[in-house]
Amino acid sequence: MVDARGLSCPMPVVMVQKEVNANKPSELEVLVDAKVCVENVTRYASSQGYDVKVVEKDGEFSMTLKKK
Amino acid sequence: MDDIKLTKLANCAGCGAKVGAGVLASLLEDLQVHNDPNLLVGFDKSDDASVYKVTDELALVQTVDFFPPIADDPFTFGAIAATNALSDVYAMGGEPKLALNIMAVPKDMPKDAIHEILKGGYSKVYEAGALITGGHSILDDEPKYGLSVTGFVHPDKLIRNIGAKPGDVLFLTKPIGMGIITTAAKVDMVSKETYDYALKLMMTLNKNARDIMVKYDVHACTDVTGFGLLGHASEMATGSDVELHIDVDSIDLLSEALELATIGILPEGMYRNRDFAEKYVDPGDCILAKQDMLYDPQTSGGLLIAVDSKDADAFYDELKNNVPSAQRIGVVKEKMGDKYIYIH
Repeated sequence: MVDARGLSCPMPVVMVQKEVNANKPSELEVLVDAKVCVENVTRYASSQGYDVKVVEKDGEFSMTLKKK
Repeated sequence: MDDIKLTKLANCAGCGAKVGAGVLASLLEDLQVHNDPNLLVGFDKSDDASVYKVTDELALVQTVDFFPPIADDPFTFGAIAATNALSDVYAMGGEPKLALNIMAVPKDMPKDAIHEILKGGYSKVYEAGALITGGHSILDDEPKYGLSVTGFVHPDKLIRNIGAKPGDVLFLTKPIGMGIITTAAKVDMVSKETYDYALKLMMTLNKNARDIMVKYDVHACTDVTGFGLLGHASEMATGSDVELHIDVDSIDLLSEALELATIGILPEGMYRNRDFAEKYVDPGDCILAKQDMLYDPQTSGGLLIAVDSKDADAFYDELKNNVPSAQRIGVVKEKMGDKYIYIH
């Protein structure tokens, strides 16, 4: 899991990229707390062949990245 | 002084710190506006500067622009902020004459660094042939720098961001992608070569573009800054009540910025610009990463110019050796559809 809550862009993308490069997970959960970060992480995930699902709760976003 | 990393002291980089166009419009709502017959340009059409006619041969152009650090090196930051502030006068076809410093500095900022910011600013003001005659400084947690600039223009030669006519050809004078590059630089994701090139672009005055533009039949011009190419283009299109047809392949997109856009290294300002302008835009088949670049907030970007078609070839010939990147990016058409900008 990548917990990037409280961090502003581009840090969340950098953290997700690090995790993807290191462990090549088939599924990854990412927590962020800004819509911009959801958009940026989604763009990154799509470019790496992941599908993305987003659940919003109390201003926080739980993103599930699944390898296609 | 080499230890100073100015961008670490800033929350938003350069023109990315700009309040979004949509938010700005709502902030200005209901404010009483006084008129004067000699006020040629106020803020009714979101133009780049205000213009006041003094005599039949002379009008004052007045503008202000400042922002937090866009570069780590103080001299470079000062030079970019000044270049960006002077640009508003050039975009109206004017010549800058007087400038005042606007500055905010943290209490503990080294004097040398502050001095370097000012030196950078002065260097660009003098290059523009203008004078710095004073300024105002305050203490603040985050450094900020810019200029208030006064210039002159002949009232009949004034160029606004509206007035584009069907048949006009659209030109752009600098590459696009500076917002993405400076965002990526914060996390060391950009090559030194591209970063240095972006800084050089941001330090390049729009003076040459202006000096060429005033010799031709130009109907509209704006500088491309915080609202991104499509934000500023939509102000031109809606204000002129025309359609802009833009060929995305003819736009000089910084290649590294396009790679970064693809993987989501995008500044928050890009999304603000998209929120404001996308209702005016038909993106066609343009891929998402390229669309994002067209909304990328530029700091000290180039001029977007609508030139009468009879002058387009001669204008382009002169432009191409005198600006960082002369691009013929599209045409203006009569308003027919429900959008104002069509990407092809």
